[in-house]
Amino acid sequence: MDAIILQILNGLDKGSAYALIALGLTLIFGTLGVVNFAHGALFMIGAFCAVTFSKMLSFSHTIIDETQKDFLGNPLKVDVPYIHDLFGQATGNAIIDWAVPLSILFTIPVMIGIGFVMERGLIKHFYKRPHADQILVTFGLAIVLQEVIKYFYGANPIPTPAPAVFAGSFDFGAMLGFDANSIIYPYWRLVYFAFSALIIGAVFAFLQFTTFGMVVRAGMADRETVGLLGINIDKRFTIMFGIAAAVAGLAGVMYAPINSPNYHMGMDFLVLSFVVVVVGGMGSLPGAVLAGFLLGILESFASMAAVLEIIPGINQIIIYLVAIIILLTRPRGLMGRKGVMEE
Amino acid sequence: MSFSNPTRRGLIKTGAVASAGLALPTYLRADGHAGFTNAPQGSTVTLGFNVPQSGPYADEGADELRAYELAVEHLNGGGDGGLMNTFSSDALKGNGILGKKVEYVTGDTQTKSDAARASAKSMIEKDGAVMVTGGSSSGVAVAVQALCQEAGVIFMAGLTHSNDTTGKDKRANGFRHFFNSYMSGAALAPVLAANYGTDRKAYHLTADYNWGYTTEEAVRSSTEAMGWETVAAVKTPLTQTDFSAYIAPVLQSGADVLVLNHYGGNMVNSLTNAVQFGLRDKLVNDKNFEIVVPLYSRLMAKGAGANVKGIFGSTNWHWSLQDEGSKAFVKSFGTKYGFPPSQAAHTCYVQALLYADAVERAGSFNPCAVVEALEDFEFDGMGNGKTLYRGADHQCFKDVLVVKGKENPTSEFDLLEIVEVTPVEQVTYDPDHPQMAGGSLGSCNPGA
Repeated sequence: MDAIILQILNGLDKGSAYALIALGLTLIFGTLGVVNFAHGALFMIGAFCAVTFSKMLSFSHTIIDETQKDFLGNPLKVDVPYIHDLFGQATGNAIIDWAVPLSILFTIPVMIGIGFVMERGLIKHFYKRPHADQILVTFGLAIVLQEVIKYFYGANPIPTPAPAVFAGSFDFGAMLGFDANSIIYPYWRLVYFAFSALIIGAVFAFLQFTTFGMVVRAGMADRETVGLLGINIDKRFTIMFGIAAAVAGLAGVMYAPINSPNYHMGMDFLVLSFVVVVVGGMGSLPGAVLAGFLLGILESFASMAAVLEIIPGINQIIIYLVAIIILLTRPRGLMGRKGVMEE
Repeated sequence: MSFSNPTRRGLIKTGAVASAGLALPTYLRADGHAGFTNAPQGSTVTLGFNVPQSGPYADEGADELRAYELAVEHLNGGGDGGLMNTFSSDALKGNGILGKKVEYVTGDTQTKSDAARASAKSMIEKDGAVMVTGGSSSGVAVAVQALCQEAGVIFMAGLTHSNDTTGKDKRANGFRHFFNSYMSGAALAPVLAANYGTDRKAYHLTADYNWGYTTEEAVRSSTEAMGWETVAAVKTPLTQTDFSAYIAPVLQSGADVLVLNHYGGNMVNSLTNAVQFGLRDKLVNDKNFEIVVPLYSRLMAKGAGANVKGIFGSTNWHWSLQDEGSKAFVKSFGTKYGFPPSQAAHTCYVQALLYADAVERAGSFNPCAVVEALEDFEFDGMGNGKTLYRGADHQCFKDVLVVKGKENPTSEFDLLEIVEVTPVEQVTYDPDHPQMAGGSLGSCNPGA
């Protein structure tokens, strides 16, 4: 029982990342009809926003410490962050420690801006082109973006830790009456799950309870009629692209402490996120979220040693296996609507 | 004989023969003869540096390339001479190799066997490389080594740690200076026993490919021999980025040590995840829970950040060593590039010099003469103490470093501290040791 609870918990944070990326993908597909293979790159850029903001906070001047030597035996050059000069060492270190959560404020405008530039500069030229063209151009864009990041940040992962207060893990086992340490879960992953739930809730509330959201939903259902009513739906859809980019970016920012960001992390999530979208149902926002969590949890179960002993290698194929079964039995996915991506 | 009346048929025949000649790889052409592939002509000799310039090990590849460029500079008489000043052999004079100026071409392995073979093939066939060296992966090393054997050139392996490179996949034309999985296990086990005791339960997470298997086997057999019990060994996909699903069950297994047989991005992520789960703060079986990383690299330690603190592993070389060779190399590399070299840079630099020295001693670039010069060659002054290039398997035998993540690093390069220099006798094994079983060197191939 404790093993089952543990794997459900485990699947939640991975499912949160899948759900957030898939939500953005579905928003873009549902509004603009574009299959955006660059969406994983937006997740990666989000993580690098955290890296960049962290580096900005640590921006330093150099002093020479005569008491210490560097590797060549010369006096050691010590970097002193300007933030220490401004706020003192203790406060400065506390601000640097909280770089990841603080970088959310930096990431939102950056990602919305990147989303606008991507949509206006490239993707709008492919609205009326076949999906294959859209996939090719956005996949190419994703590769360009990751090479740009690699050029500036290198190929090695860059550690971007969570605030020290979130170090360690919570012992659910002791709380639920199981053995101590039988169900442990890192605090930051709990934060990630809560954050994801908040973002998902905010996006749904925005679409459900605002006039803007109502127009967007109407446009997703029948773009032509909304246009005939004199509403500039394209402008709203561009804004939605920016919002989708920000959602992917936020997913990336908060994921940075879980796995050190590297230029390839977007690609690692992209394919799985597309599977999530397809399983959830193309164009279905609740479907994307449901499938994200479902597949995240299934992946966790498939990675259990006991399961791997019975079916070796199942951890590597489980998501695709489930996708095949669902598409065979429910061709439109779990919550897909009739007419979407169909002739 | 007259050339005054060329016929159309004659012209076509002549043209066809000439075209076929030009289309041949350089090592099959007449100018490539002298009994072996790519015999250097004129006043230069070309070496092929095949390193990952793109992909996940690009930073490691960049450091390897820096080291090779430094080696070429020193071989041609430039710079401060680096390790040539401390090397026990005095065959190298700083006038190139056998008086020929050293030039080089580079290839990008992308850390993919097929891409690495293609770039090595191109360097041999198009650029006339007489020796190929480099790499940051055992899969790549094994693939390129086999290609060099077929082509008749020498392969001086870069960073490759799998037993198989000089075990079941060894080749007569291939040589490895870097240490291997067996040596890591043999060096680590006594240090682990001394620090963590002999009554431990280990849980292995192992990257699901050749290097992972040999490393798990080596560490398991070494630690079990001293009394540890292996409670589980789980393979993880090479493409895995989030290891939480694999780490979460570790405590439930009753294990009190987690061994991460991972390298590169896998190591960075699995270690980060394990520390996030707070494993090192737990008390299991009345002992502190511990994590072990059998193969450390400074570049990987940098990626894992503070998570490496206090964690044991092994390494081939470290810039903080205080022998004359290491100091000379660090000074030379650090002065040129502004930061200390990695172990990948060190092994690549040393391999380039060892090849050049072997050619000088052999008096020929002929691969078979070079093989003869390198086999059972004993040397010193290259940063690892007294070293033997064993003839039976073309593996270097030297001291192995056991290191630990430093608690208070002074810079981004100062991440590991040496806790023990394991003497070579302790990591030496018989050529027919079960972990090296299968395969044979065969005979050297001079090619053309």
